[in-house]
Amino acid sequence: MTPWLENLIVIGGLAILIATLWIWAHSDRWQRAWQRFRRDRLGIASLGIIAFYLLVGLMASLRLPAPAHGQACPTILDRLFSGVPKEKSYSAPFADTTYSVNRPEPLKGRHPLGTDVLGKDVLLQTAKACRTALIIAGLTSLIYIPLGTLLGIVAGYFRRWVDDIIQYVYITLASIPNILLLVAILMVLGKGLSQMAIALGITSWVGLCRLIRGESMRQATRPYVEAARALGHGPWVIITRHILPNVMHLVIINLVLGFSGLVLSESILSYIGVGAPVGTPSWGLMIDSARMELSREPVVWWYLVSATGALFFLVLSLNLLGDALRRAFDPKSS
Amino acid sequence: MLFSGPGDIMLNYLLRRILYLFPIVFGVMLITFSLFYVVQSPRAMALQILGPKAPKEAVANWLHNRGYDKPLFFNTAPGKPPLDSQFFHYIKSLAIFDFGVSDATGEPLTEVFKRGAIPSLLITLPSMLLGLFLSVSFSLFLVLVRKSLIDLTGVFICVVLMSFPIMDYVILGQWLIAIKTSYLPAFGFNLEGITTAKYLALPVCIAAVAGLGAETRLYRSIFLEEINQDYVRTAKAKGASPNRILFSHVFKNGLISLITLVVASLPFLIMGSLVLESFFGIPGLGNLTITAIRTSDFAVVRAVVYLGSLLYILGLLLTDICYAAVDPRIRFQ
Repeated sequence: MTPWLENLIVIGGLAILIATLWIWAHSDRWQRAWQRFRRDRLGIASLGIIAFYLLVGLMASLRLPAPAHGQACPTILDRLFSGVPKEKSYSAPFADTTYSVNRPEPLKGRHPLGTDVLGKDVLLQTAKACRTALIIAGLTSLIYIPLGTLLGIVAGYFRRWVDDIIQYVYITLASIPNILLLVAILMVLGKGLSQMAIALGITSWVGLCRLIRGESMRQATRPYVEAARALGHGPWVIITRHILPNVMHLVIINLVLGFSGLVLSESILSYIGVGAPVGTPSWGLMIDSARMELSREPVVWWYLVSATGALFFLVLSLNLLGDALRRAFDPKSS
Repeated sequence: MLFSGPGDIMLNYLLRRILYLFPIVFGVMLITFSLFYVVQSPRAMALQILGPKAPKEAVANWLHNRGYDKPLFFNTAPGKPPLDSQFFHYIKSLAIFDFGVSDATGEPLTEVFKRGAIPSLLITLPSMLLGLFLSVSFSLFLVLVRKSLIDLTGVFICVVLMSFPIMDYVILGQWLIAIKTSYLPAFGFNLEGITTAKYLALPVCIAAVAGLGAETRLYRSIFLEEINQDYVRTAKAKGASPNRILFSHVFKNGLISLITLVVASLPFLIMGSLVLESFFGIPGLGNLTITAIRTSDFAVVRAVVYLGSLLYILGLLLTDICYAAVDPRIRFQ
């Protein structure tokens, strides 16, 4: 793929996200929620942290023109780190020499998170892994959010045999323990980022569908739906114009909380050995390789701490943002 | 006759609930079949196991021995029964719990699973009970001090605990307890009384702690929901102490929703055992699965998925029965 096409896809995806939020932001319910959310300091702080992660992911995705003909196009992140030299072996954060008891050698540069066994900067790897996590979670959301929302509304609105079929499919899927289904799908499809997104998409829509089905069932009995029907609107107009806006806040809360689960799943699957292919920057793979380093003497701790820390703060902020959104949209229940 | 008395209503409910299992188990079979026979063809599987340069006869032999050379759904060849196909053989063998042999080693899988079941149970059951005890205690405590700073801090700590992947708990626990202080062995397993407990202590504790954050938060919200019910107000009005309301009224009523959630958390335990067992070298089903993934042993993974689903479905059935036994309203639905 040419780098410009790649850039276009990334920017296009982001634009779709912003446009969707923009459209929904004009409804009354969202405006009120925003007023409440603005005063939620924890929510704002986590939103800020997530924005930072998105920025890092964006910088690790967007490619600049190649410096010379025939060379690979560096990402913005690569360009930012182009001044950071490669060392000979492990070095601790901010150390002056390599991490060796017998023959420490002077380093060529400073590394705020140290270097790994090959002497590569850990900060750069951690930042690159951010892109993998965001791409997996983003692609999966792109698959399961429309699927779960649509099927849930359709099941909840039409009831009867449509509901029966959809329920049968998701109850059957839900009776296979998630992790086993993921492992099975990934074993059959093979390792890879898009495979992982497909597998996670297949397993993730069930929870959302269940939630939206219940809520749509409640909404479908409300007077405004009856009024719309009395006015002669068809089912699709009622679903898209009337029910969808009234369940959309549940979708966005589920999206944020689900995103944190997806980031965690990505790391666990990569760790088990069915996720990201070896060589992909991934927090799960980093944790896997860090496991061996802990038994070294002296202990190499920064690799594990960097991967865990980066993963932790993203997942934590997503969890906190999800809770804040829930509080903002539904202040009564919390 | 089934509708004549209250006992028969329960029986009727049970029958309906059990009949309902069949289409679901069939669905699970269909999903595993389409994954492992249709999406991934047995031929590709054979090449992966025998090597890409395996002679044609060897591949054909391997396929024939395992029945993989039959047609997928219906046998249209003249003179053959129409149901002599991979799909119907698959369903027939699963129905009598015959999982065939391992693709990699050729060992009968029923034997392999029997061997792995005990170590797996020794890990999952204690960790489930310990985790349940800890999370219910913590959540009741948080409900007791609800809306205070301690409650808020407690919930925040839960969210923090939820935000670490399970590997971190394992790595940290193993490193701190086993390698740094060597209180407990870091690796290994046997079945010889007291030393078994020594090997199990660390993985069981880690599994219990890893699920603590999510479970405590969930149970807290369940108990909080009960706190707002009318019966709590009545109990308060008749002068019951807050402790008595919490531990005897709220706890008992919350327990009903709790049972379902405990069963629903079983898949989490499976994931825990996948990561834990391979880490601690415990020869259980989780370890088996990881090894099967690494050696592309499709027969093992296929059987584990089916077995895991079956256990989960049975667990859900049992909860539904408990639920109906406790709450008469359910039986009439």
